[in-house]
Amino acid sequence: MRISIRDTLENYAFVLPALIIFSIFYIIPFINVFLYSFLDWDGIMRIDSSNIVWFTNFTEAMTDKIWWQSVWQAGFITLIALTFQNALAFLLAWACDREIRMKNFYRVIFFIPPVLSEVVVGLVWKWILDGNYGILNSWLVSLGFPNLVKDWLSDPNTALTTLAVVHCWKGFGWGFLLFLAGLQTIPRELYEAARVDGANAWQSFKKITVPMMVPVTVLVMILTVLGTMQIFALIYTMTGGGPGYHTEVPVTRIFASMRGSSRFGYACAQGIIFGVILMIVSFIQYRFSKKAKA
Amino acid sequence: MRSLKWITLLLSVVCIFCSAGCASKQSAETAATVTVWHWMTDREPAFQELAKRYEAKAGIKVDFQLYAPSDAYSQKVRAAAQGNTLPDIFGILGEKRDFSSFIKAGFILDLTPYMEENSGSWKNNFFAKALAVNEFADGNSYGVKAGFYGVPIDIMTIQMLYNKNLFKKLGLNPNKPPETFQEFLDIGKKLKEAKMQGLVSGWGEVWMIDCLANNYAFNIMGEKKVIATIRGEVPYTDPDWIKVLSLFKDMQESGVLANGLVTMINKTAEQLFANEKAVFAFNGSWCVNVYKGMNPTLEYGAMLPPAASSNYPMAIWGGAGSSFMVNARSDRKEEAVKFLKWLTDRDQQAYLSEITNNLPANKNSLNKIPDILAQFAKGMESATHPNLWGVSEYSVVIETLDKGIQSIIIGEKTPEQVAAEAQKMKEREMAKKRR
Amino acid sequence: MKSVLYYKTKKTSLNIIIHLFLLTVAVTCVFPLLWMISSSFKTQETIFKDMSLIPQSFHFENYYQAWVEGGFAKYFLNSVFYTVAVVLGIIVISSLAAYAFSRLQFPGKNFIFYIFMAAMMIPIQGSFVPLYVLLNALHLRNTRLGYILAMINVGLSTSIFLLKTFFDKMPKELEDAARIDGCSKLGIWWNVALPLAKPVLAVVVVYNALNVWNEFMLALLIFDSRPLMPLQVGLMSFQGEFVTKYPLLMAGLTTAALPIIFVYLLMQKYIVKGVTAGAVVG
Repeated sequence: MRISIRDTLENYAFVLPALIIFSIFYIIPFINVFLYSFLDWDGIMRIDSSNIVWFTNFTEAMTDKIWWQSVWQAGFITLIALTFQNALAFLLAWACDREIRMKNFYRVIFFIPPVLSEVVVGLVWKWILDGNYGILNSWLVSLGFPNLVKDWLSDPNTALTTLAVVHCWKGFGWGFLLFLAGLQTIPRELYEAARVDGANAWQSFKKITVPMMVPVTVLVMILTVLGTMQIFALIYTMTGGGPGYHTEVPVTRIFASMRGSSRFGYACAQGIIFGVILMIVSFIQYRFSKKAKA
Repeated sequence: MRSLKWITLLLSVVCIFCSAGCASKQSAETAATVTVWHWMTDREPAFQELAKRYEAKAGIKVDFQLYAPSDAYSQKVRAAAQGNTLPDIFGILGEKRDFSSFIKAGFILDLTPYMEENSGSWKNNFFAKALAVNEFADGNSYGVKAGFYGVPIDIMTIQMLYNKNLFKKLGLNPNKPPETFQEFLDIGKKLKEAKMQGLVSGWGEVWMIDCLANNYAFNIMGEKKVIATIRGEVPYTDPDWIKVLSLFKDMQESGVLANGLVTMINKTAEQLFANEKAVFAFNGSWCVNVYKGMNPTLEYGAMLPPAASSNYPMAIWGGAGSSFMVNARSDRKEEAVKFLKWLTDRDQQAYLSEITNNLPANKNSLNKIPDILAQFAKGMESATHPNLWGVSEYSVVIETLDKGIQSIIIGEKTPEQVAAEAQKMKEREMAKKRR
Repeated sequence: MKSVLYYKTKKTSLNIIIHLFLLTVAVTCVFPLLWMISSSFKTQETIFKDMSLIPQSFHFENYYQAWVEGGFAKYFLNSVFYTVAVVLGIIVISSLAAYAFSRLQFPGKNFIFYIFMAAMMIPIQGSFVPLYVLLNALHLRNTRLGYILAMINVGLSTSIFLLKTFFDKMPKELEDAARIDGCSKLGIWWNVALPLAKPVLAVVVVYNALNVWNEFMLALLIFDSRPLMPLQVGLMSFQGEFVTKYPLLMAGLTTAALPIIFVYLLMQKYIVKGVTAGAVVG
């Protein structure tokens, strides 16, 4: 059945508002950023042909050891988030899925970390983790583990992992919600039937829960990767990227280029490279998820 | 269809609010107002009061607008420069190179004629060093026409502080702070025994490390050699530089540095020192106000960083704390300059200094400042500032050096390694033939 | 055969362990909130000295001072206004687009959809300055409308993605029934799709409300006049260049956190049913 011109125009009208806003507020600035990445520019001076350096910014970023270290470090945090954070979220969701009291109470409590502003989270955790006066260390001592006391945020061996843990703490609320929703829609009858057939808890988990949770899990994974790779405010307020370069991530590097060295063009090039990396990762995830669903 | 009515109602409220926003903007701009953008949260009440006084006196309204924190402020100024919407008066935070870019792009008014008129009456009010930070000398390496481009509204120095109470506890004389580096290291031993924290400072914020390293560089090799290094004539792998970097290693090993120093932000350092949890601090004269707010009974004194060498004098960073510039493209340039003249006049400077516990930029306003501030003021004699040298080091080289010092402190790299990395970075940047 | 008592004990002890686990995590979640609230009642001097969770003396005037000194009245209203406007705008615009991507045909549909998706994956960090220049050129700088439009754009891609995924799973029978009854496409969207999508819409509401409410940088760049600023910018006035007025800041942050928690409480009962239907079925 051929679609009439009038029909097609009507259909376009549905996406028109979104398209207009998107084109103006995303596409145009994006083109700008894309063009700036070919310039050696400080963001202030008038631009003329002498600013054009073509791909120099890109080659410099690709060979910048610190840049790739920051990408790897963000990847490290993301790995921890994918495993620890999502495992925690899933466990909590599973625990709340059972018929226990105070389920709604927990649902609200677990969503408080995402709601809190980064300022509060940074301040409070810095205070808790402080090497000299933080309560974490004083608890460890009073519990009898003085040798576990560390300078959590300043010790190069622990800083990155500590930050990853704080990030997971702030983020698991969303995963918890999504997993809980997923679990709650698995029909109870399936579990009943399995029990009647003599399956134990582990078997019903493996045969019923896991397959039905795959789509939700994929959704959570994709969102986790996208969100965690772009981590910035938490790192900036808690360690500033230090000690040394141990907790630098791509966004803090871009920020440093823009602000510290006034290398606006270079910052844009870094941003574009970062975007391409994210696209590749998301694409791989998407393909993987299609296979898993099948 | 009830919901449709609700939606229509909400939409109309939205539209009304939107248009209300537009209307208020226009009415503010029709009156003759001088608009000032600043980032100094602590001085906002003082500024508002001064604006009121000026309006009563000269009939011109001055609109002080605060945008904090300073990072966000810088971004806003840059965006406004791009969009050509800069206000009449604003400040430029950051390096002199950025300052020169703004001038060359035509955003900043050359204040030299105003400074020089009446045989330099305006100019002579200021401490020389405060004004020098806003001045570009003849033959400067930035390519800016010589002259004055900004007005300082206060001065500050960055020095070391020590807690007199804790000194007494350690058995040290509270009136004799360490003068040599070795004395300083020896105190470190005492701190280790007494399990007390030594020096706190915002070394998570890279520039503070740069400040101290630079101070010691001046002390060990003298100003000329430091500037020669920035020009690229002396490599960072020179033994004198290795000496400077080794000082940090020595400090860490002696125990005179507090734990967690490398990721500490200055606000945390101030809090620790104010609450008597650290014996030393490395901070600027603005700290007087901060400590007073957190612990008015704190007994402390200011000192120069203990000298590591007797070849050259110890230097500290000092100069203009905050400065204002005038927008060269503003329609109200003349009124803006007049206002700045009034703001930096003796009485207004004295008022600012009193209310905010900062040092005035006007020489004649030093009447009643607290004793501790006077100690900071004395330090001005040994003060220098990157904006005074006529050349700037590349930011990536500074970052490599300072992050390298952080690595030295945590024992990850040796001074020689850091020096080599800094030199490599320097050569890479010099090869680029920057404008 | 294991006795009933055995099973009962097993179940109870498992439950106890589960509860302990949940409570531990809950405590770590609540702790910062409690610290924030308790700090808001202390003074600048005691805030780091008095380490207890319950302050030794309650300074309720901090809230009053924060409200007055921070000029909260107008900032609060502004934030509410922006959040409501942006959320409304996004719901309408993204649901229209998502419905079209899911149910309607037009050339280039997939291509346009992928561009929206790419935007979700390529965030542009340095885009604030070009955005500012653009808004300036459009005379939308320093206007409420400009900020709202820019913020709508920020949440657009993710919202379209969530909604389209849901619409794809929506049973076609209801739509067909409505069409047979003579409903126009817009009518189907309004009468059938939206009501069914209430749960997903709740997720979209919470997500975008959180983003707009906590947004700070763009507001600071775009707005020059105080009366237009949202709450987060007002809070910054307590973070001084040198002196941070911690108790006031904490009072301000607590005040800022409450409305968003309220929104979440309102929406959360829908959310469970919603994301469900969107994600689980295949």
